[in-house]
Amino acid sequence: MNINPEKHLDMYYQMVLIRRMEERAAELYQQGKIGGFLHLYIGQEAVSTGLIGARLPQDRVITAYRDHGVAVNCGLPVNAILAELLGKATGVSKGRGGSMHMADTSRNFWGGHAIVGSHLPLAAGLALGDQYANKDAVTICMFGDGATNIGYFHEALNLSKVWKLPLLWVCENNQYGMGTTVEHASAVSEIRQKAEGYGIPNERVDGMDIIAVYDASSKAIERVRSGEGPYLLEIMTYRFRGHSMGDPERYREQAEIKKWQEQDPIGIYHSYLLGKKIASSDELTGIEKRAEEDVKAAEAFAQTSPEPTPEELFMDIYVD
Amino acid sequence: MPEMTLIDAIRQGMDEELAHDPNVFIVGEDVGVRGGVFRATRGLFDKYGPQRVMDSPLAEASIIGVGIGAALYGMRPICEIQFADFIHPAFNQIINEAAKMCYRSNGDWTVPMVIRAPYGGGIGGGLYHSQSLEAFFTHTPGLKVVVPSNPADAKGLLKSAVRDPNPVLFFEPKKGYRLIKGEVPEGEYLVPIGKADVSREGTDVSVFAYGMMLYYTLQAAQKLAAEDISVEVVDLRTLYPVDRESILTSVRKTGKALVVYEDNLTGGYGAEIAAIIAEQAFTDLDAPVRRLAGPDVPAVPFSHPLQDWFMLNPDKIAAAIRDLASY
Ligand SMILES: Cc1ncc(C[n+]2csc(CCOP(=O)(O)OP(=O)(O)O)c2C)c(N)n1
Ligand SMILES: [Mg+2]
Repeated sequence: MNINPEKHLDMYYQMVLIRRMEERAAELYQQGKIGGFLHLYIGQEAVSTGLIGARLPQDRVITAYRDHGVAVNCGLPVNAILAELLGKATGVSKGRGGSMHMADTSRNFWGGHAIVGSHLPLAAGLALGDQYANKDAVTICMFGDGATNIGYFHEALNLSKVWKLPLLWVCENNQYGMGTTVEHASAVSEIRQKAEGYGIPNERVDGMDIIAVYDASSKAIERVRSGEGPYLLEIMTYRFRGHSMGDPERYREQAEIKKWQEQDPIGIYHSYLLGKKIASSDELTGIEKRAEEDVKAAEAFAQTSPEPTPEELFMDIYVD
Repeated sequence: MPEMTLIDAIRQGMDEELAHDPNVFIVGEDVGVRGGVFRATRGLFDKYGPQRVMDSPLAEASIIGVGIGAALYGMRPICEIQFADFIHPAFNQIINEAAKMCYRSNGDWTVPMVIRAPYGGGIGGGLYHSQSLEAFFTHTPGLKVVVPSNPADAKGLLKSAVRDPNPVLFFEPKKGYRLIKGEVPEGEYLVPIGKADVSREGTDVSVFAYGMMLYYTLQAAQKLAAEDISVEVVDLRTLYPVDRESILTSVRKTGKALVVYEDNLTGGYGAEIAAIIAEQAFTDLDAPVRRLAGPDVPAVPFSHPLQDWFMLNPDKIAAAIRDLASY
C-alpha cells in the first residue's frame, strides 16, 4: 500500500502524541487529579493509528472503554481529551463521561463504551443505517479479546453476516481481558476462528507493526465498502501497562512485559521510517518534541479549565 | 472481636462458607488468581483451588445462568458480578429463571444461590460504574435482596445468604469497602435475612436507610445529637422481603419518618417504605413521610463536582432530618 511521506509523519506524530498523552494522564492519576478508572493505550498505538489512518472521513469508528488513543486518531483535540479526564467543562463530554466515554460524531467517532461487548450490536445498527441509505461508508467496530466471550459478540457477528452489513469488526487482541489470558477464557486460541463460525472472512495481523496494520486495514475497509459484507481483523498487540491504573498485575511475569516492550510499536515505526529514508533522525526527533509540547499545552489548558456547573447534572436527559 | 473492613468481613464470610460446605463455590470474572477487581476473593483461590474459586470468561448471562443450573443440581454458587452495572446482560436469567423457578415447579426446583455485586457511586466511577440497582430486583417476588451497611452484618448476612435455599442478591456498597470498619464476631455468626436493625435509638425522627446511606445517616444522627435532635436510625438490611414490623414500631414511636436512598428518587426502593408507612401508620404520623434520594438523572456523572451534586452525604441527610424535625 502506498503511504506518502506526509502521511507517514502524521501517523508517527499521532502515535507519539498518544504515548505522551497517556504517560501524562498516568502521572495526573497518580497525583489524584484524575479520578475513577483509567485504562491506558500504551503499547497498542499502532493498532488504532494504522486502522483509523486507513479509513475515509465517512467511515464510522466505535470502540470500547480503552478509547483515548482512538479519540486522538479520530482527530479529537488532546486539549479536550485531557480536560475530560480531569472532569472539566471543556472536556469532550463536558466532564460528564470521563475516560471511558469519549465521543465526537462530527469526526465520526461514535464513542468509547464501558459495558463490554454492548457496543457491538450498536455498530451493526450504524452499519444498517448506511446500508439502508445506500451510503458508501464502513463502520469500524473495535473491541478487545475478552469481549468476544460475551453473547453480544456472537449475536452481532451472526446478523452482520446474514444482513451483509458494511462492517469491519476489529478485535484488538492484547492477550488479556483484565487478568485473564485468552487461552483461559476463549474456546479457540485465535479469535479470528470465531469469525469462521459465522462465515465471515478474517485475518490475523501483527499489531506492533503499523505498516502491516495499515495495509490489512486498507484492504479490509475497501473490501467491506465494495458490498461483500462484514470482515474481521484480529490485530495482535500487548498493553504495556496494567488493565487500568492500580492493577497490581499479579497475573503476568515481568519478563513477558519486557519481551513485548522490546517490540515497541513506536520504535519499530521509527526504524522503518529511517530505514526507508522517509525521514531523518532529526525530523523524527522534531516530531517527538512537538508531540511533547502539544501535550504540555493541552495539560495547561485542561488544568486551568473551569469545572462543570450544577445545572449540567440535569441537562440532556431528553431532547424536545 | 477483631475490627475489620467491610470487604474483609465479606471475604471472611465466603471463606467460612467454602470451608463449611463442599457444595459452595465462587464463580466470576477474575475472582481467582487476581482475587477479584476489589480483592473480595483474595487468597481464596490459593486456599480452595480452581474448582471452588472459578474464573469465568467475560459472560455475565452465563455466570448467573450457570449458577442457576448448578444450584438446581444442588450446589451453592456464589456468583460475583464485578460491578452491579454489569448485571444487566444477566437480567433475563435472574428475573425469568432464578426468580420463577420455585413457583413454576410447585416448589420442586430450588435455586440456592447468591449473586454478589458492588453497587453505588462516590468513587469517581462515572456513568457505568456507579449504579444502584436494587429497585429492579425488589420488584420481583422469588428473589431476596440484601444490602449490608457494616462489617458484622456483611459477614452474618452473607453466610445466611449462602445457606438460604432461595436466590439472594447481595449488593455491597463499594464506596464503603475499605472506609467502613467495625468489629466482627469470629466464627459461626449468622444474621437472619428479613430482619431490620435499629442501629441507633432516638425519639424525634425515624430514618430508614441501608448500605452506604445508612453509614452516612449514622454520621448525620451523631451530628444532630449536638443540636438536641434525637434520631432513630433503622438499618433495613434486607430489602426484600422487608421487615414491616420494625419499620412500623419505629414510626409509631417517633411519629416522623424519613427514607434515605442513593438511587434515583422516582420509583426507587424507598418509595415502597414510604407507602408502607402511609398505609399502616398514618394515624401515628406527626408529619408527612419524606424521601431523600438521588436526583432523577440517568446516571452518576464522572466529574467530581457533578458526582458530589448527585450523591447524598451526611450534611445533606442532616439537613433533611433537621427540616423534618422542625415540622
Ligand atoms: C459486561 C461487562 N462485564 C465486565 C466488565 C468489566 N471489565 C471491564 S474491561 C474487562 C476486560 C475486557 O477485556 P478485553 O475485551 O480484552 O479489553 P482490554 O481491556 O484488553 O482492552 C472487564 C472484565 C464490563 N465493563 N462490562
Ligand atoms: Mg484484551
